[in-house]
Amino acid sequence: MAITETEIVKGIGSDYEVKYGFHVPEDYFFKSGRGLSHELVDAISSHKDEPDWMRKFRHKSLEYFNARPLPRWGGNVAEIDFDNIYYYIKPTEKQANSWEDLPADIKDTWDKLGIPEAEKKYLAGVGAQYESEVVYHKLQEELESQGVLFLDMDSGLREHEDLVKKYFGKVIPQNDNKFAALNSAVWSGGSFIYVPPGVKVEMPLQAYFRINAENMGQFERTLIIVDEGAYVHYVEGCTAPIYTTDSLHSAVVEIIVNQGGRCRYTTIQNWSTNVYNLVTKRAVAHEEATMEWVDGNLGSKLTMKYPAIWLMGKGAHGEVLSIAFAGQGQHQDAGGKAVHVAPKTSSVITSKSISKNGGRAGYRGLLEIAKGAHGSKSKVVCDALILDEESRSDTYPYIRIDENDVSAEHEATVSKIGEEQLFYLMSRGLSEAEASAMVVSGFVEPITKELPLEYAVEMNRLIQLQMEGSVG
Amino acid sequence: MLEINNLHVALEDGTEIVKGVDLAVSTNEIHAIMGPNGSGKSTLAYALMGHPGYEITEGEILFDGVNLVELGPDERAQLGLFLAFQYPHAIPGVTVTSFLRSAINSVRKARAGGEDDPVPVPQFRKEMLAAMDDLKVPRELASRYINDGFSGGEKKRLEILQMAMLKPRMAVLDETDSGLDIDALKIVAAGVRNLVGPELGAVVITHYQRILTYIKPDFVHVFVGGGIVAEGGPELAEKLEAEGYEAFTPAAVGGE
Repeated sequence: MAITETEIVKGIGSDYEVKYGFHVPEDYFFKSGRGLSHELVDAISSHKDEPDWMRKFRHKSLEYFNARPLPRWGGNVAEIDFDNIYYYIKPTEKQANSWEDLPADIKDTWDKLGIPEAEKKYLAGVGAQYESEVVYHKLQEELESQGVLFLDMDSGLREHEDLVKKYFGKVIPQNDNKFAALNSAVWSGGSFIYVPPGVKVEMPLQAYFRINAENMGQFERTLIIVDEGAYVHYVEGCTAPIYTTDSLHSAVVEIIVNQGGRCRYTTIQNWSTNVYNLVTKRAVAHEEATMEWVDGNLGSKLTMKYPAIWLMGKGAHGEVLSIAFAGQGQHQDAGGKAVHVAPKTSSVITSKSISKNGGRAGYRGLLEIAKGAHGSKSKVVCDALILDEESRSDTYPYIRIDENDVSAEHEATVSKIGEEQLFYLMSRGLSEAEASAMVVSGFVEPITKELPLEYAVEMNRLIQLQMEGSVG
Repeated sequence: MLEINNLHVALEDGTEIVKGVDLAVSTNEIHAIMGPNGSGKSTLAYALMGHPGYEITEGEILFDGVNLVELGPDERAQLGLFLAFQYPHAIPGVTVTSFLRSAINSVRKARAGGEDDPVPVPQFRKEMLAAMDDLKVPRELASRYINDGFSGGEKKRLEILQMAMLKPRMAVLDETDSGLDIDALKIVAAGVRNLVGPELGAVVITHYQRILTYIKPDFVHVFVGGGIVAEGGPELAEKLEAEGYEAFTPAAVGGE
């Protein structure tokens, strides 16, 4: 991998506050009041002019949300003040397909985050969600002409209702868990992707999620359907301003990979440390299909996210590569799930967690091999790196195996950066922070090498930023 | 250039290992420090480089007149001190190339007064390939992770490769000969010999005389019981080889 430490070192001197933590004035088309109610659900549905079935789906979901208790495992979600959150903000009246058409403050935000520039260089399509709505969306014409659909979820519902109705809420039922129910009630934005049989989208499609307002709740909803023999790589990034009060991000992502198709979903989550990030992500992989989750969690106050793959067809393959980095005041409860339903399916879960300055990073995962999944194979590797005495790492690897002729491996390591390693690197002229960052970037290299170059550079740079102030 | 005055080094628990060493080394000179196992040679090497596990309780290390004692290992390296480790550490996930470039750039930055002054990539590549050829380091090593799964010989060659690339002004080689077969030893010794000159001096720490046959030191210091007990020219190494260290134990030389 050609990521040089020089690239990492370039990040020194900037910080979250300047690069991502800024906010711009609110001048919005519509902003709901605080709190959650059936009236709010009606208001959202009316704003979107939705079909009746979706309105009913939302109301039912709200009932499920209200009925379910808060989870008492994972992180502490008891402090979330659901009455204090703004659940729906529509920043602009309509979506733009040119950056120039956006209000100046919003356009400036995207410029600062480098999205228009990235679009020009290496992306096949971009969706940019600001608060509750996707304010900018564009797909290369060539892909459009091949029948690829890449829309925001609301447009997807309007323009392809049959397809949406067929799959929406099927991989992740509306009552799957409390936060999936919440998303199902108040969802807005997110991506809708359909890749027709045999079409390979060579460059990534990217969605960027930005929260700007204080106490914002962002509930994007993503549905990706990769048809037979098709391929797509979808990348999402997310950031938010730093506020002293909390925001909530609770997404639902459903993916269907049909026979022989392949989908890779990459996340670089860098929310500010006042954001609760409670996300449900699940994919089903049919015969000989491949699903890959590459999940980088660097920001947020609390993340609870375990991208899942259900291997439903013979020979399906699933991979989860997860990085969690927890600094001061952060809790990353990350991991992955692989459920083998069909024979000769295989999965690999690789998790790397790093904790420092009192942060808590852990792996929580499920490996299940169901009755009938003959000849299946799975490997789970979770490595934790703890950078100081105040920090913490936990591993919760749940394994259920109901078939005999299968292979399941599990390895876990916990390590600290050795004084001897640091001394060795420093004796070559690297500062303590540079040396630590080098050990950490080496630790996560098995995952960063899977990222497209630009994202790998970004990931390493973010790690470098995280490492600053951790030593010396 | 390097001037060590009355250096005392202790472990964290207070045990004194190095008990008052004086040594002066200039560029264009090779000094050998020869001593038996457990005499404190490696402790001296670590203390010179600033290992946090060793405390300098007395004395000074002057490098071009600057006292290194209060400086971190990174600052010492940036000034031009280099230590070839007896047991180099592995850094999984970090390639040799990436590491070398970062290290060189850190040193360059320090020398440019804190301003970034990265080595141009073509220049770096050229120098690296040339140094690798000189030391007969296989090309594939450049893209492997630092010392991860390296043989003993590969590790030692990588140390000398780093030395060649970082261009220090004073190099301390801690038992670089251990674990090398005779062919590798010749290559490494020739590499060191070629690098020493008006820009570089070296302190070669060893247990055996063997490496000195190829490196040809200008001065030999016999190190026993935490101190230098005898000094001389290359002939001293031959005497040691013939007679062993016994002649230099404290009893034989008349006590402490």
